[in-house]
Amino acid sequence: MQHIVILGNGVAGVTAARHIRKLSDAKITIISGESEHFFSRTALMYIYMGHMTYQHTKPYEDWFWEKNKINLKKAWVNKVDFDKKMLLTESGTEINYDQLILATGSQSNKFGWPGQDLKGVQGLYSLQDLALMEASTKEVTQAVIVGGGLIGVEMAEMLHSRDIPVTYLIREKHFWNNVLPEEESSLIDRHLTENHIDLRAETELEEIIDDGAGRVKGVKTKDGEIIDCQFVGLTVGVHPNVTLFKNSKLNLDRGILVDENLQTNIPDVYAIGDCAQLKNPPPHRRDIEAVWYVGRMMGETVARTVIGKPTKYEPGVWFNSAKFFDIEYQTYGNVPVNLLNDQKAFYWECEDGKKCIKVVYNNADQTVIGINTFGIRQRHEIWNKWLSDKKTLSYVIEHLDIANFDPELFKRYEPEIQRLYNEQFPNKVSITKPSFFQRILN
Amino acid sequence: MKAIRYTGLILFLFSFFLFLGLFFMSSYTLSEDNYKEIVKAEHRELLDENFESIIGKSYSLSITFVNDINGAIEEVNAQMRTDQKWDQVIYDQYASALTRASTNGLIVENTTLLFILVFIVGTIGSMMFILPQAQLAGPPGIKNNGIFHNALNNRGWIGILIGTLLIIFYILLYFYDAYIMNWIILVDPVQNLINPGAQASQWFLYGFLYCFAVVVMGIRTIIKYRHSKYQIVRTCSVMFFQVAIAFLLPEILVRLNQPYFDFKNMWPLDYDFFDAWHINTLTSAGGLGIFMFAWGITLFAVGVPVFVFFFGKRWYCSWVCGCGGLAETAGDPFRQLSDKSLKAWQIERWMVHGVLVFAVIMTVGVLYTFITGSNSLFGLDTYTFLRKPYGFMIGSIFSGVIGTGFYPLMGNRVWCRFGCPLAAYLGIVQRFKSRFRITTNGGQCISCGNCSTYCEMGIDVRWYAQRGQNIVRASCVGCGVCSSVCPRGVLNLENRDEEGRFGEPILIGNNSVKVRE
Repeated sequence: MQHIVILGNGVAGVTAARHIRKLSDAKITIISGESEHFFSRTALMYIYMGHMTYQHTKPYEDWFWEKNKINLKKAWVNKVDFDKKMLLTESGTEINYDQLILATGSQSNKFGWPGQDLKGVQGLYSLQDLALMEASTKEVTQAVIVGGGLIGVEMAEMLHSRDIPVTYLIREKHFWNNVLPEEESSLIDRHLTENHIDLRAETELEEIIDDGAGRVKGVKTKDGEIIDCQFVGLTVGVHPNVTLFKNSKLNLDRGILVDENLQTNIPDVYAIGDCAQLKNPPPHRRDIEAVWYVGRMMGETVARTVIGKPTKYEPGVWFNSAKFFDIEYQTYGNVPVNLLNDQKAFYWECEDGKKCIKVVYNNADQTVIGINTFGIRQRHEIWNKWLSDKKTLSYVIEHLDIANFDPELFKRYEPEIQRLYNEQFPNKVSITKPSFFQRILN
Repeated sequence: MKAIRYTGLILFLFSFFLFLGLFFMSSYTLSEDNYKEIVKAEHRELLDENFESIIGKSYSLSITFVNDINGAIEEVNAQMRTDQKWDQVIYDQYASALTRASTNGLIVENTTLLFILVFIVGTIGSMMFILPQAQLAGPPGIKNNGIFHNALNNRGWIGILIGTLLIIFYILLYFYDAYIMNWIILVDPVQNLINPGAQASQWFLYGFLYCFAVVVMGIRTIIKYRHSKYQIVRTCSVMFFQVAIAFLLPEILVRLNQPYFDFKNMWPLDYDFFDAWHINTLTSAGGLGIFMFAWGITLFAVGVPVFVFFFGKRWYCSWVCGCGGLAETAGDPFRQLSDKSLKAWQIERWMVHGVLVFAVIMTVGVLYTFITGSNSLFGLDTYTFLRKPYGFMIGSIFSGVIGTGFYPLMGNRVWCRFGCPLAAYLGIVQRFKSRFRITTNGGQCISCGNCSTYCEMGIDVRWYAQRGQNIVRASCVGCGVCSSVCPRGVLNLENRDEEGRFGEPILIGNNSVKVRE
């Protein structure tokens, strides 16, 4: 019987294992040094905040693995011998494979700042990071976070939940401004401030200061300002976790290079998820996409290839989501920070300054290419269809109510959005006005 | 702001401990007159000798007083049984009436003042504790911070303590009401307000405390979920139905000389609806009584299928029902304690449907007796073998002692999930014939587990969400909290065409393979 070994038990590796099991009887082993069971990495913050326990973050009960004959091996792997098709664990155990799926995830970036390895300085990616953060923030009265991205804002929320004041250094003009256009990132700026996060835009880290005992006692910014703190969160992005494969036969760039079948340069070795780098990404996608959904989709896809049905990885319309404190964010399609020449955007923002939508379209033919939505939930299925079918802006605005995914009884903003559209555009759309009974009976 | 909260907490704790302390703050002396007035002459003949030592004696604790009375009666009964004088055994429950008449001291003399100190000050204290959260907790949104670090919410010592107190309270309430006469007397002022001259019973006390809990904790729930209009409106609904329909209206009906009737309760939750005494009371009470009887039958026979078809069982369980109302308000801090395991679901299905079957058989037996006048069905006495054990095991122990007493230990829907026959019936309709489902949003689920953690019914919501499958579960009460706590906007309660309700799970976003989980 074939032995398929999966290195990494994150969403990519586990999804691959589950789908292989659906399709074949091969022997499957998942190896991870991080945790015995699969847990939801995206839920780490909720453990710290006391919304959940570690146990709650496991998507499958512990009996699931044995029932589905998926072997779990908790071990750190020290070496992969691609010639002998063998992995060597830290404790010296040899594990042979017939096919190997690498799903080793990411590592937190560190850019060589002085003091970046002091006690109380860390990123947040793994279960071990979480335990470290738990221990390191016990007596903290001031924290600094460096890096305006998703993990940074999560860390800010985590610390805020324990009443630890946070000074938040971001390089850009606004929060996550390298991904979000200015209007949207300003909206989040305001919300962070509302939550008492001391946001310092266009501020970069110079060095982290030692208290003399190997612990952080403050940071110095490039402007020379010194901020006292006992904890520093370094959340300046992640990079593929490929240290194990340096100096091996595996072709690496930033990540593990894979073809359209997610196959590496070595036969019977595949890479999926955060650690994989597509040699030829589709035009609307990036080569490394370190998000949950991509890990999952690559897992689904590679499972077929591995069991002998070679399948190309063809991600559809891009989508993503996040939550910034209380504001939910979803995006479908492509919303660039800076619009290209032929692109235009329709932007609506709610009076309260906490909800907005931005629809980006091609000016020439008015086809919509993407949406950012904050504070209003949108239906993935509808947007996926609209964007695939290349619907026009007026069509989308007119039918916006069917894309709304907010709970019942929530205030609906479609009429307001449609009125704004009618003010700005010559071709008027009709305003949605469902009756009360239509509303409750749907 | 924080100072206001702490002051409020102190006030509330003062009221709470005063309430507990009141249990001990009366003395009891049975006077000759009261004895003669309350105990029937034919019983007095038998009891006089035994009561001699009780009459005129001052007791400082209700328990010893009640035990002496019950002991005196039981002694006579034991003798009668030995002598096989069955017709002389005393079945009248004298303890409550005698205790009430014999209670004197602080509570009887200062009922109104103590009522204010307990309930008015308690309310003010709770509001001072709860209301500032609208400001202090930050902008509206889900703030479940620290729940699993908290001794109240995570089965810590406070949770265990409160669970124990609740269990003791329910046992006293159901089986030893005479022991808690002090508390019953305490709510006389409210009873008098609604029905001048009437005396509160243990059920009036219970109804009042229930309303108090639902309203005070309902306000907390509204503040906690104030970002969600669904939660606000729903919470207002359960508060209204509890206070107006379940508590005030029946009392007002009594004042108007009409039968006591809770228009929103229904069989089989209302398990004595078909009891002979109940049917007789209603049908002999004129037009309104007949209407009540017809209403009660229509509600479960027509109302359930029709409303569940359009809205799911939530129209009842999390918008109207009293048990649901308490669970969604006072029980909200404990919703995360429900067991989400597959094992628990398996037990749940057997148990809740078992209770439904038991309720149906019990009712058939009771109706058989009512219609034919024969007490025995298949050779078994319908009261002894059906009605009585049902009332004791399901009506009292399960729904009350376990159902509410175990809030801090097993979550706030233990009864609704494992025991309520009405929930089982609503659930069967919801599972097979309804427009209601919880939809999942394409491929947006990140398996974080907030939905499952905060599902009070113990549904592993994530299991469905992460595979893109509609959640169609008999037990779902439609509280909407899974949708509220979802950080990625994945879950939504919807009433839509039945078609596609059981559609195959599909995750959007991957064009390589059509992902059928």
